[in-house]
Amino acid sequence: MTATATRAEESAPPTRPVGVRAGGLVVALVLLAVAVVASLMVGSRGIAPGVVLDALRYGPTSPTDTDAVIVLEQRLPRTLLGLAVGVALGVAGALMQALTRNPLADPGVLGINWGASAAIVAGILLFGITTLDGYVWFSLVGAAVVAVLVYLLGATGRSGATPARLALAGTAVGASLQGVIYAVVLVDATTFDQYRVWRVGSLTGRDPQALVQVLPFLVVGILLALGLARALNALALGEETARALGVRVGRIRALTGLGIVLLCGGATAACGPIAFVGLAVPHLARVVTGPDHRWVMPWSMALGGLLVVCADVVGRVVAIPAELEVGVVTAFVGAPVFLAIARRRRVVAL
Amino acid sequence: MTTTETRPLPTGPVVRTERVSVRVRTRVVTATVALLVAAAVLGALAMTLGDYQLSVGQVIGALTGSGSRAQEYVVLGLRAPRVVLALVVGAALGVGGAVFQSLARNNLASPDLLGFTTGAASGALIAIVLVGGGPAGTTIGAIAGTLVTAVVVQALLGGAVGGYRLVLVGIGVNAVLAAFNNFLILRTDLSTAVAAQSWLVGTLNGRGWTQVVVVAIALAVLVPIAAAGSRRLDLLGMGDDVARGLGVAVERTRVTTLLVGVALVGVATAAVGPVAFVALAAPQLARRIMGTTGPGVLAAGLLGAVLLLAGDVLGQHLAAPTQFPAGTMTAAVGGLYLVWLLAREWRAGR
Repeated sequence: MTATATRAEESAPPTRPVGVRAGGLVVALVLLAVAVVASLMVGSRGIAPGVVLDALRYGPTSPTDTDAVIVLEQRLPRTLLGLAVGVALGVAGALMQALTRNPLADPGVLGINWGASAAIVAGILLFGITTLDGYVWFSLVGAAVVAVLVYLLGATGRSGATPARLALAGTAVGASLQGVIYAVVLVDATTFDQYRVWRVGSLTGRDPQALVQVLPFLVVGILLALGLARALNALALGEETARALGVRVGRIRALTGLGIVLLCGGATAACGPIAFVGLAVPHLARVVTGPDHRWVMPWSMALGGLLVVCADVVGRVVAIPAELEVGVVTAFVGAPVFLAIARRRRVVAL
Repeated sequence: MTTTETRPLPTGPVVRTERVSVRVRTRVVTATVALLVAAAVLGALAMTLGDYQLSVGQVIGALTGSGSRAQEYVVLGLRAPRVVLALVVGAALGVGGAVFQSLARNNLASPDLLGFTTGAASGALIAIVLVGGGPAGTTIGAIAGTLVTAVVVQALLGGAVGGYRLVLVGIGVNAVLAAFNNFLILRTDLSTAVAAQSWLVGTLNGRGWTQVVVVAIALAVLVPIAAAGSRRLDLLGMGDDVARGLGVAVERTRVTTLLVGVALVGVATAAVGPVAFVALAAPQLARRIMGTTGPGVLAAGLLGAVLLLAGDVLGQHLAAPTQFPAGTMTAAVGGLYLVWLLAREWRAGR
């Protein structure tokens, strides 16, 4: 009796009143706004909030208005990109954890980011692709292929795709892809030159158009996620029950997979592989919302954006004048969450 | 991961003297001879191929002191240290892997998956950044880093050894340490960063007799200890209580072997940088080739030496004149091997 109770508690955090969930979401959004403003202010050249607001409202008053130019041309695109990628990765993590019913699911842990990277390297090497529009398609295909591969490998055998198995399968596939990527990149100097700019998992040095180009993919993915929330709730009760409740299980799974690929592939194409956002964010969200996906999805968006924008600001501050890549900072934050989950007595399915 | 299949009893002639009698296992002898031949062939390839082609006779001439000055320089100054270094480092990694795998009673408990190798890299990087490196500083740093990582992983596991949690904890620890390494490289000045980065690739390029001597001394001291302990480790595999009943000092055996493994991995990593997956694959392959059940410390060492030498020869000549670091070869091949290992194990329902 007690054992079942603890297990249920572990897998499903308590559901809080709607007021708390909605109020908390508002607080998270306010924090997100604060983080965005901070991201516009902070850097190797600090800019006062008033100046930032003026720049946003009136634009650069003269060509010599350096502060306004920095805000509008450097920090604004970067911040918006971070926001979009964070939102996308947060939701992608939530979708993944719902689809595989696996608390350890994350685009980095399952090797999907490496699949996207490998496909982009192949694109640069074989077809001479150097633009982001080109990257996106390769990234999507690579993400999709590796996602299917890892799932098939993890689901081998009688006991099926347990959380630990999927994580292991993803690590193994990711490791060999990594070896191949480094080997290819070292042979071909031009590929290396393209790739090293792209791969760092950072928001700097991106084409200002990057956001515009991946945004359609991310928007479709986010809309899919929000639309699927109800069906995923039913799916969480088990396949049989979901079917009895009128959910078309196969179609929902396929759509969820499509959403994951769009979100991960788009985000990875825009700023390189960023790990652990997709893992940590949904867990933090569920602490407040409980298991209801209609709440988990918006919460994951808000927290994902918050995490990436904050990580970017922190990365700019800790190593002045150099910058710490955002992927490095998120790994510092996300990996301990992973460790905490992995250390539980049993890694339960969601 | 217990082996359920029944293996045939070892067959072969028995050698008896007055005090000892030893059964000579035919398969083990054949396999050992085959591996030695493979090492010799690979060594000959490594010594003869390259920008400066030599015949086997010329190599032997240079080694015995009757070659020209140029030949002697190429053979003794460049190629011989590289071959010997590949052999000793591979052997150290193989033995270290066998020690950890039998200590944890888990096929996947290799220093790479547990984060020890990354920890060694962190220690060495700290040494490079703070003390300016040098072989001694890097070695001590790498060993200290491995030791600290091993202690942290143990603490995170909280005594529980079983199953996949070990590997999941390793994945998390790996991510944190990798992020930390990135941070260190970013914080230092350019020349130190370049030195650190070139070390991090895991290559046999530009290493010399100094590294060979350090690793060889470590092997000479540590391998006998590991080999002597391997019988006791076999007994530990039956469970602590049984082992204690059979007269094994359980705690002491565990601590000694752990220290031996840590020192081997640390020294090997300090010499050439983190080389992936040799420590994972060598003991597994050795067990299958030799048809034995135990950890087979010496066999794992022999196989590790052959694997790393093969990886280096392949990396040097696969796409000459471009040279791949041996680490990329072992990562690509080792990752695939891990995928295969997992698929096989899971299909068998274990």
